[in-house]
Amino acid sequence: MLRALLLILSVVAIAHAELCKPDAQNAFKVRISIKTALGDNAYAWDANEEYLFKAMVAFAMRRYSSKSTTQISNVLLCNVTDRVSFWFVVTDSSKNVTTVPGSVVEAAIRMNRNRINSAFLLSDKTLQFLKITSTLSPPVEPSTPVWLIVFGVVLCLIVAGIVFLIVSGIQKHKKKNKESTERENLEEKVEVTVTLENGLPCEVLDLKAGHINGVFPADDERFTSL
Amino acid sequence: MNSLTGGGFLIPYLIMLIAEGMPLLYLELAVGQRMRQGSIGAWKMISPYLCGVGVASVVVSFFLSMYYNVINAWAFWYLFHSFQDPLPWATCPLNSNRTGYEEECERTSSTQYFWYRQTLNISPSLEASGSVQWEQALCLTLAWLVVYLCILRGTASTGKVVYVTASLPYCVLIIYLIRGLTLHGAVNGLFYMFTPKLEQLLNPKAWISAATQIFFSLGLGFGSLIAFASYNEPSNNCERHAIIVSLINSTTSIFASIVTFSIYGFKATFNYESCINKVILLLLNAFDLEEGSLTADNLSEKKDYLMATYPQEYAQLAPQIKNCSLEAELDTAVQGTGLAFIVYSEAIKNMEVPQLYSVLYFFMLLMLGIGSMLGNTAAILTPLTDSRAIGARFPKEVISGVVCFINCVIGLIFTMEAGNYWFDIFNDYAATLSLLLIVLVETIAVCYIYGIRRFEKDLYTMIGRKPNWYWKIMWAFVSPLLIISLFIFYLTDYILTGTLQYQAWDATQGQLVTKDYPGYALAVIGLLVAASTMCIPLGALMTFIRKRLKRERVSTVA
Repeated sequence: MLRALLLILSVVAIAHAELCKPDAQNAFKVRISIKTALGDNAYAWDANEEYLFKAMVAFAMRRYSSKSTTQISNVLLCNVTDRVSFWFVVTDSSKNVTTVPGSVVEAAIRMNRNRINSAFLLSDKTLQFLKITSTLSPPVEPSTPVWLIVFGVVLCLIVAGIVFLIVSGIQKHKKKNKESTERENLEEKVEVTVTLENGLPCEVLDLKAGHINGVFPADDERFTSL
Repeated sequence: MNSLTGGGFLIPYLIMLIAEGMPLLYLELAVGQRMRQGSIGAWKMISPYLCGVGVASVVVSFFLSMYYNVINAWAFWYLFHSFQDPLPWATCPLNSNRTGYEEECERTSSTQYFWYRQTLNISPSLEASGSVQWEQALCLTLAWLVVYLCILRGTASTGKVVYVTASLPYCVLIIYLIRGLTLHGAVNGLFYMFTPKLEQLLNPKAWISAATQIFFSLGLGFGSLIAFASYNEPSNNCERHAIIVSLINSTTSIFASIVTFSIYGFKATFNYESCINKVILLLLNAFDLEEGSLTADNLSEKKDYLMATYPQEYAQLAPQIKNCSLEAELDTAVQGTGLAFIVYSEAIKNMEVPQLYSVLYFFMLLMLGIGSMLGNTAAILTPLTDSRAIGARFPKEVISGVVCFINCVIGLIFTMEAGNYWFDIFNDYAATLSLLLIVLVETIAVCYIYGIRRFEKDLYTMIGRKPNWYWKIMWAFVSPLLIISLFIFYLTDYILTGTLQYQAWDATQGQLVTKDYPGYALAVIGLLVAASTMCIPLGALMTFIRKRLKRERVSTVA
């Protein structure tokens, strides 16, 4: 079946043989990676798929320019390999034996790239038109960068914590001062004697759980001055 | 959580733990508990000529706190950027006319681009300083505010915060352990970690970094241990504490490194497989072969076949065909803090639900970093608040605030475009040599100047038990000898290689290149090392001069 079709096509395409060949003018190479895209659900690339491809290219040409009268038979495929890659050209239906300029084909395919991709269940990466670069879609960017929002939230929490701790520390300090002044007033009334040792009150001398005896003068005052 | 030197680091790590970590930890805890003062006062009491040791510890802690918080700033930056889909380091940004990706990003990977360009905006060399990056400056300010919040109320409140910062990472590590071990290719990483490499064991750098790792993670030589221990009860059993703490610490390190290496294994396997897939795709496209005819298994035979059948086209392709090797991927893992960010973000972007794992990981990193910062700032603040000149006059909040503010302003240097090069200078030279020297002087001081018998007696009065022969041998002989030999290795290594070099990022090539340090950078390095090590002899000299003057004054008056 395939062989018969190829035979018929080759008879018809003898006239068109020069138009479609690798690196011909206005010809494009297409590379398809079905197994990479679909894995187990991959379909085989056969003549029907080629027919669909020609139909999509014709559709793209017609959609691009309303004057276009491209037929499926105007799209020529050649050099199909096992990779699945092939070359194609679009012939002009009005003029004989000429190809549509490459820029027009490129613009048409670019415009309809999405439709062509979805017809084959492929993407820009797996259905590659080698000379036609695809426009990559930019990532969605919100108006304020997300990180600044999170930063702002965390910053507010931390600053609130610091302010709270400082204020409560000041309040505790003030309360302690008030209590100590009250206690001093009380002490003056009762006249509690404060134990002194060598002219220093005992509480000051209690340094670090009694391992260091502050009563004895420090090392550099060991010798009494004469 | 600093640099883990690749597979086979377990042996130096465990040996250093037994020879240096546990004995020195016990020593410092005992000294702090006995003398009941911060590091400066404690060493002054052991011998008045050793007041420089405490000052050197404080200077090292000061340098460390200057640059260490930048790591927390980076962790904050990555944490804040984890709340997006897709993660910003997962794909390259597009170039201006949207036909492809940014050039620099094409040459290197998207994670490296995110680190070097979007996080650091790094300049090509140390001389080109560039301007302060405001985003990094903001993150640094936030990091310092968090540290200030924790140390505001003094060591008592810091203790409570340390409970949180020490326990949360465990939860995250357990989650990561489960996730890491179930990743494809994790086993490769674990094999790599547990196979010792002979040439690495012979390299003294591995031993030095194992020793530094132990010192850093236990906090030896910084004075913070002495400061914390001085608040303990005198009868506290510090021997048991030392053993428990060092065992917990090392178990955590090994646990963390299992997680780390399973993730490295995943990343390396992933990269290796993508490399192979790229080569396969290249060959398929060039020779128009059928899809699926080339697989990872038959790749090498098919390559030979193609080389034989189409020699010309194969020769044209040859420069693009890379030799993919799993070993090479695993070896690129581990050096420096920047690489840790790159490697982890690369591994995370390939997991499912990457945002969750990213948030968890950088949050854990933040907890660990803040925990370290708290220890450092405690080591600086304790002598300041204990001193009569400053401590009595200003309240704790003001002193802590001033210290944080000064460090933050100095830290802005590391947010400039060349900041990461200065960071590497501080990271490599500020603490390593000085710590070794301080710890050496500490052991020698306690064993030979204070006297090991006197120390034994003090321990007996404190905890009711004399230290057994293991501790005495370690303190008196093994630890000092080991440190001296490390010193000799370090110096010979420096003398042999000549000048010091650093890795600079070359945007045009998309990789790191080695450059020499300019003169003023070498001067800064010398200053860093000298500032802390010279404190010890200078302190001894000053005490000596002071005693001489007093003796003369007394003798002349008499």
